[in-house]
Amino acid sequence: MRRQHASAAIDVTEHDGRSVVRLSSPLTVAELAGIETVLDRLPLDRDVRIDLSDVAHMDTAGAWAIARLRSRLEAAGQALEIAGSDARQTALLDTVAAGLPQAPEASPRRRTLSDRLETVGRATAGFVLYFVELIGYFGLFLARLARAVRRPKEFPLTSLVHHCQDVGVAAVPIVALMAFLIGVVLAFQGSSQLRQFGAEIFVVDLIAIAILRELGILLTSIIVAGRTASAFTAAIGSMKMREEIDAMQTLGIDPAMTLFVPRILALVLMLPILGLIANVAGLIGGAIMSWIELGISPAMFRVRLFEGVSIDHAFVGLSKAPVFALIIGVIGCHAGMQVKSNAESLGRMTSAAVVSAIFAVIVADALFSIFFAQVGI
Amino acid sequence: MAEPVIRLRGVRNQFGEQIVHDNLDLDIFRGEVLGVVGGSGTGKSVLLRTIVGLRAPQAGSIEIFGTETVGADEATRLAIDRRMGVMFQDGALFSSLTVRENVEVPLRAVPDLPPPLRGALADLKISMSGLPYLAGDKFPSELSGGMRKRAGLARALALDPEIVFLDEPTAGLDPIGATAFDELIKGLSRTLGLTVFLVTHDLDTLHATCDRIAVLAEKKVLVTGTMREMLDVDHPWVREYFHGPRARAALDTAEKES
Repeated sequence: MRRQHASAAIDVTEHDGRSVVRLSSPLTVAELAGIETVLDRLPLDRDVRIDLSDVAHMDTAGAWAIARLRSRLEAAGQALEIAGSDARQTALLDTVAAGLPQAPEASPRRRTLSDRLETVGRATAGFVLYFVELIGYFGLFLARLARAVRRPKEFPLTSLVHHCQDVGVAAVPIVALMAFLIGVVLAFQGSSQLRQFGAEIFVVDLIAIAILRELGILLTSIIVAGRTASAFTAAIGSMKMREEIDAMQTLGIDPAMTLFVPRILALVLMLPILGLIANVAGLIGGAIMSWIELGISPAMFRVRLFEGVSIDHAFVGLSKAPVFALIIGVIGCHAGMQVKSNAESLGRMTSAAVVSAIFAVIVADALFSIFFAQVGI
Repeated sequence: MAEPVIRLRGVRNQFGEQIVHDNLDLDIFRGEVLGVVGGSGTGKSVLLRTIVGLRAPQAGSIEIFGTETVGADEATRLAIDRRMGVMFQDGALFSSLTVRENVEVPLRAVPDLPPPLRGALADLKISMSGLPYLAGDKFPSELSGGMRKRAGLARALALDPEIVFLDEPTAGLDPIGATAFDELIKGLSRTLGLTVFLVTHDLDTLHATCDRIAVLAEKKVLVTGTMREMLDVDHPWVREYFHGPRARAALDTAEKES
């Protein structure tokens, strides 16, 4: 009996109760798929003889196919005879056979319902743990701050000033521009609505309350969260990556005191100032747009602002700033410390820090709103 | 050994005013392990990068498998690249892929190779590089430096190249790991008939694996020859290198073993 296979280079015949495979194409990775389909189909109930005398070139892929056929046949209690191989091919076959990967016994388990539940549980526990860790970092910051008060010599003042410059002064243009535009938008939108009721003058109250109480500080915090939380994570994370933080610890330098305290404290000092700048810029923007759109002169805007709007709104707004600053700073520093030794985790933690910080700021703002509504300010 | 697979003639490499190689000649013969040594800044890595085509030399000719590669078109270059494998210093594994996927990357270039076979071949290469089976599922960041180098070698060997370039294969490994890596290189070069171009600082590696040594100095290949022949070369740097206490110790160990 003689069977001719699609690939003319492989010839399978039956002879004396065993399969004889005669290969004449190069036995290489490029031909592997064709060879494997033929070798896979060989019956495992008889011995096999492979004739390599016409094979000019064999690489590890070809040798692997033969070695695998041998292990399949041996598992079925049959033998494989290799004929016509030259010295190099024999050596290669031996090398590959010796290097054949030994798959461990454990078979992959299917995911069950309890596995899925476990994933959900772990994610939930991970979230709680993350929250606890953040509180831990906050506590660490407070403890180091307290120590700095007791021993002012340890306090990294130069570093604090540097970070105030980075976090605060450098952010002034973007924050002021953003707030100015928000004031313009509010005046524009408010005027077109209020004009319908003939209540144009209340646009001043609208702008002032919206900006002083909520938008000024919230949007500033979001911008700072994007700018600064990522910068903290990237700076601390890259130090973590290069083992600088480990080096500091072995040299007896406290990373919390030298890295966290100046950064977080700079944010706590600078964010209220940035918020105040945003408030002023927002009011200016609103006043200019009211003048253009509604003809409310700056003097009238000022009078209405002082008479109609309580200063409490500004205090309420600015009182949130230190809390937001703590949230942003702690999340940024914490994320930086979670960076592993590869660049990929640095990128992942940096973006995670920004997302978490913005989310946490908005949640905190909502909580503040409820709180102030309850106490009636 | 008569047939050179790589032939460099009059190669010049220059960075601005600074000339790294000038009129550099070198032959690499089929089946040999060639070790390239030289002081810092003599352009060992630049030479490697020039041969594998990551850098075009300012002048000279580089023939690989009898084909001129300087100024060759992309198809020619690609055909030659397929026949060469490079292991970079720290493995240069793709960090977003597992070790198995890393080794599979060059195998993707093979048409009609079904994914299960590709994975199985990758497993074979991983195992031949001396990594445990389960290492295939790990990401490069989860491996030690030595394991990353082995994984890099597995990727370089994925397509059964005829020439393998190794950049500092044993740098940063502990002596046991370095010895094991030397043996791996030697074993693979013998059984797979590989030609190996190896840049190293490690005198033990030179002793253990290299058939021939090329010394880079004075902007060219100063001498080539066996380790024994290096001892008789009368050049200050070569003398210092091969007669220093470390070289002596490495030579003694090698002699004890043989």
